[in-house]
Amino acid sequence: MNVTTLAKAPQREVNYAPRVFDLDAAPLRELNLALHQVTDASDEPSWEVINPKGSHAVAAGVAQPIAVEVRGSVGYYCGGMNDRASITVHGSAGPGVGENMMSGQITVKGDASQYAGATGRGGLLVIEGNASSRCGISMKGIDIVVRGNVGHMSAFMAQSGNLVVLGNAGDALGDSIYEARLFVRGEVKSLGADCIKKEMRPEHIAKLKELLDRAGITDVKPEEFTRYGSARTLYNFNIDNADAY
Amino acid sequence: MCGIVGLFLKDKTLEPQLGAMLSEMLVMLTDRGPDSAGIAVYGAATKGKAKVTIQSPSPEADFAGLEAELSKKIDAKVKLLAKSTHAVIDVPAGKVEAAREAIAELRPSVRIMGAGEAIEIYKEVGLPVDVVKRFDVTKMTGSHGIGHTRMATESAVTTLGAHPFSTGPDECLVHNGSLSNHNNLRRELIREGMKFETENDTEVAAAYLSSKIAHGQNLGQALESSVNDLDGFFTFVVGTKNGFGVVRDAIACKPAVLAETDRYVAFGSEYRALTKLPGIEDAKVWEPEPSTVYFWEH
Repeated sequence: MNVTTLAKAPQREVNYAPRVFDLDAAPLRELNLALHQVTDASDEPSWEVINPKGSHAVAAGVAQPIAVEVRGSVGYYCGGMNDRASITVHGSAGPGVGENMMSGQITVKGDASQYAGATGRGGLLVIEGNASSRCGISMKGIDIVVRGNVGHMSAFMAQSGNLVVLGNAGDALGDSIYEARLFVRGEVKSLGADCIKKEMRPEHIAKLKELLDRAGITDVKPEEFTRYGSARTLYNFNIDNADAY
Repeated sequence: MCGIVGLFLKDKTLEPQLGAMLSEMLVMLTDRGPDSAGIAVYGAATKGKAKVTIQSPSPEADFAGLEAELSKKIDAKVKLLAKSTHAVIDVPAGKVEAAREAIAELRPSVRIMGAGEAIEIYKEVGLPVDVVKRFDVTKMTGSHGIGHTRMATESAVTTLGAHPFSTGPDECLVHNGSLSNHNNLRRELIREGMKFETENDTEVAAAYLSSKIAHGQNLGQALESSVNDLDGFFTFVVGTKNGFGVVRDAIACKPAVLAETDRYVAFGSEYRALTKLPGIEDAKVWEPEPSTVYFWEH
C-alpha cells in the first residue's frame, strides 16, 4: 500500500451543509442551472430552496440522486422529469408536480393541484394533502400515494404503475385505463369507462404494503383498500363499443 | 391562457390599499396575459349618485366639454373625471339611462365600460404594469375588485375585447378560458333585447349572467345556471355591488386558487399572485372545486 500516493491525491470538495438558494434573491434559472450542473451527487448531496413563492418549474429536470428541500409553496411543474433526486415541498404544489418523473421521490407536504404525476414513468410521488383533478393522468410506471382525496378524471388513460388514495376519488376514476393499478381506501364518486373494481389478491396486498411503507404511512392497513383496474374491453376498437369512446 | 385576480376585503382598514394590492397581484400574472389588462374596483357608493365609466379612442377631443354638454342634455349636474383613455362621470342615480343615451348621441365614438353606484372599470391594451400606471390603479380605494390579464384567443386584441365586461349595473365578470356556444347564446340574448359591443365570448357570459339576474335570480343562482348553460372552458370571477363570486366549469382545467383570512378573500389564477398579501402564510388556501359556486357578500 502506497500511503504517499493517497496523501497526494487531489482533495475533493464535498459540501455537506445544504446549499441554500433564496429565490427572492436569485433567479429561478440560476437554481435550476446549478442543479443541472451537479455531476456527482456526493459532492453536493443536499440543497435547500427558500422563498419559492409559487415559482414555476422549481427543481425540474434534476438528474442526480441529491436531496432538495423546498421551503414553501411552488407553482407549475415542480420536479418535472425528476431522475433519482429526492425533492420535498414543504407547502403546496401547483399543476403538474412531478410531471414525467423518471425515478426518485417527490413529497408534497401540502396539497397538489391538477395532473400531479402526469405521464410519470417511475419513482414515487407522495402527496400528504389532497390532489385535485387528473392526478396520475397517463401515468406510465410512476407510483403515486395520496394521503387525502383525488379529484375527477384521476388516472385517466393510466398505463402502468400504482395510484394509492387513502381518501376518496372524484368522478370518472380510471377512465380508459390500461394496466395501472388503483387502490382507493375511501369512496369513489364514479368509475370511468372500462374501469372496474377488482379482487385484492395477496400480491396486491404485498405491493400496497410496500408502497405505504415507502411513503412513510403506518396508520392504515392495505386490507382497507379496494383495487380498481381495467376491464380491458376498450383495448381494440369494436364497433359495438362506439358509445364508450 | 389568461390571468385573473380578485380581492374582497373583510377588514375595512385595508380599503385604502385595495388598488395597490390588486395591482401587485395583477402584474404578477403578466406572463399569463401580456396583451391587455383591466380592472374593476368597487369604491364607496354615494347616496343618490351613480357612476358611469366611459372610454374613448381619442379622449382629448371626446372628453373636452362633455361635462357641460351632458349636464345640459340630461338637465342634471354631472361631474367628469378623466383618467387617460377613460373617464368616470358622476350622475344622479335616476339619470344613468338618460346619460347613456345622451353620451351616445353627443360622442358617438365613446363607449360605456360600465355603470353603477360603486363600480369603476378601466381596461386597455398593453402590459399590465403599463395599464396599472396609466389609470393610477395603485391609488384606488375600495371594498373589492377584480383584475384580468389577457392572452386573446376568441376575439381581437382591442380595448373593448379586454376584460372585465360589464353588462348590468354594478356587475362585472372576468374569464379565463373559452366558450364554444357563445354565438348561439348571443343570438338568444339579442332576441331578449340585450346589446353587444364585441364578438367576444366573455361578453356573452357577462350578458348571460345579467339576463339571469334581470329575470330575478341572485348572483349565486345565475352562476349555478351558467354551469349548465355555458359550454366550454371557464373560470369566472364576478363582482357585484356587495359581492364577489367564483365558479369553474365541470372540467376545471383552467387554474384557480382561493385564499381566505379574517381580513380578506383573494383569488388568483396561480398562487404566486397571492404571495405578497398580508398574512398569506397563515391563510386557508385551496383550489375551488369544479361546478361549485363560491360567493361572498358584504
